[in-house]
Amino acid sequence: MSVQAAPPLERRRKPPAAALSEVVVPLLATVAFFVLWEGICRTFSVPAYLVPAPSQIWTDTIAIGPAVLGHTMATLKTVLLGFGVSIVVSLPLAVLLTASPAVASTIYPFLVWTQSIPKVALAPVLVVALGSNELPRVVITVLVAFFPLVISVATGLMSVPPELLELSRACRASKWSELWRIRLPFAIPFIFAGLKVAVSLAVVGAVVAEFVNADSGLGFLIVTSTAFFRVPVAFGALIILSIMGVVLFQIVVIVERVFFPWSSANAQVSS
Amino acid sequence: MILLDHVTRVFNSRDGDQVVALKDVSVSIDANEFITLVGPSGCGKSTLLRIVAGLILPTMGTASIGGVPIREPRSETGIVFQAPTLLPWASVMDNVLFPLRMMHRIDSTSADKAAALIKLVGLSGFERKSPQELSGGMQQRVAICRALVHDPDILLMDEPFGALDALTREEMTLELLRIWSERPKTVLFVTHSISEAVVLADRVMVMSPRPGRIVEIIEVNVPRPRGFHVEGDAAFHDASRRIRELIFGERHVGPGRAAA
Repeated sequence: MSVQAAPPLERRRKPPAAALSEVVVPLLATVAFFVLWEGICRTFSVPAYLVPAPSQIWTDTIAIGPAVLGHTMATLKTVLLGFGVSIVVSLPLAVLLTASPAVASTIYPFLVWTQSIPKVALAPVLVVALGSNELPRVVITVLVAFFPLVISVATGLMSVPPELLELSRACRASKWSELWRIRLPFAIPFIFAGLKVAVSLAVVGAVVAEFVNADSGLGFLIVTSTAFFRVPVAFGALIILSIMGVVLFQIVVIVERVFFPWSSANAQVSS
Repeated sequence: MILLDHVTRVFNSRDGDQVVALKDVSVSIDANEFITLVGPSGCGKSTLLRIVAGLILPTMGTASIGGVPIREPRSETGIVFQAPTLLPWASVMDNVLFPLRMMHRIDSTSADKAAALIKLVGLSGFERKSPQELSGGMQQRVAICRALVHDPDILLMDEPFGALDALTREEMTLELLRIWSERPKTVLFVTHSISEAVVLADRVMVMSPRPGRIVEIIEVNVPRPRGFHVEGDAAFHDASRRIRELIFGERHVGPGRAAA
């Protein structure tokens, strides 16, 4: 009998020209932006304490290079710790949320409650309670980052086609193997969507924490340098923070592509 | 083999009403018999299938297999749904092996069994492909392999070809007849297609909605092996005409109406 293969769903290879423009155009746009910025600052002699020119941001930041590197590492540590703890907290929470309606309605109010408290307001209180160290910073980061992750993982766990759950029941499979072999793999695209949001929020959370309580970190650097009108350094810290956010985001994207190629393939099909 | 004795199933709908999905259904099905269930939407065909599968329990009456009342899913039943619902991350081979994994019944012979089934449905060479690389018909073939891999004696099919195009659908119908003749099983097959129901079945259960009940069970005396050439057969014609009468009533049945 004859079986016709479906057209192979090979990931659409972009022609080299398109790939080039995907990299080159944004790069050119960025360069143009900074050139324009530099030009405006020089032409109109904008004072450096208002908006510094890119060249001055560069020289001032490089001048205290080792210190900036230390601050960057401190922030990165808080971000990664907070992001890691968010994952560890969110996965079991999402499983609990989807386990039964009773459990869900017990946990849900607390989740919403943690989200309705302004984290900036909570930070000083946490410092008093937890001490002036890394712990309150990580806690703030987690509080900022974990919620979208819980929600997207829970959504993913519920996205399994009901027929597959019936099949699982028909196989007399345990709840555990249903979770492990069906629900979790099905949730992978949702989990990664949540991770992408969470990693960006973790950067926000770490900086918020550093504003309130830190003796190092890029958030601390921004607060102290603006206090002394060293605005170029503050701008430098801002740029480093945005680069950190983009790089961490891309790492999550790459991890998904490498370890769960079917997940990003799904996302491509559905988008 | 399968015995339904005055089976009634009532569901509580969301607004608090009670919906009678199945009312007083009694039928006895022999081993290796091919039964098709036809009827309009909402006549309880899928409910009946799920009762036999042990996924839901009757509200009243008893359902039993081989004299044993069905209280929970039994491992000797295979199920095929309308959508293939394959695991997107697993290869064809792993999808077929999936029920054995879930039942912790995987052993050294499993891969050979699965390969034999994949060959039986004509998908040799596709073992390592992922479901996204297959057409809808091919995916449904994989789903059939998945339902057969633990060598069940009962196969439940809930509109398995409903999502396929008409040509693939006929091809799959013949395919299923061939598989069934090679590996006889008791089959309960839900469909909306009258010609499909008649070509496949030893007996066709015609059901009516609100509440779902069996209107008539029609014996199809068309000799096997069958194909769609039997559509010219007088017995085929009689059976289809009778089913159409039962579903639509006399007035809709014109002499020249094609089987749908």
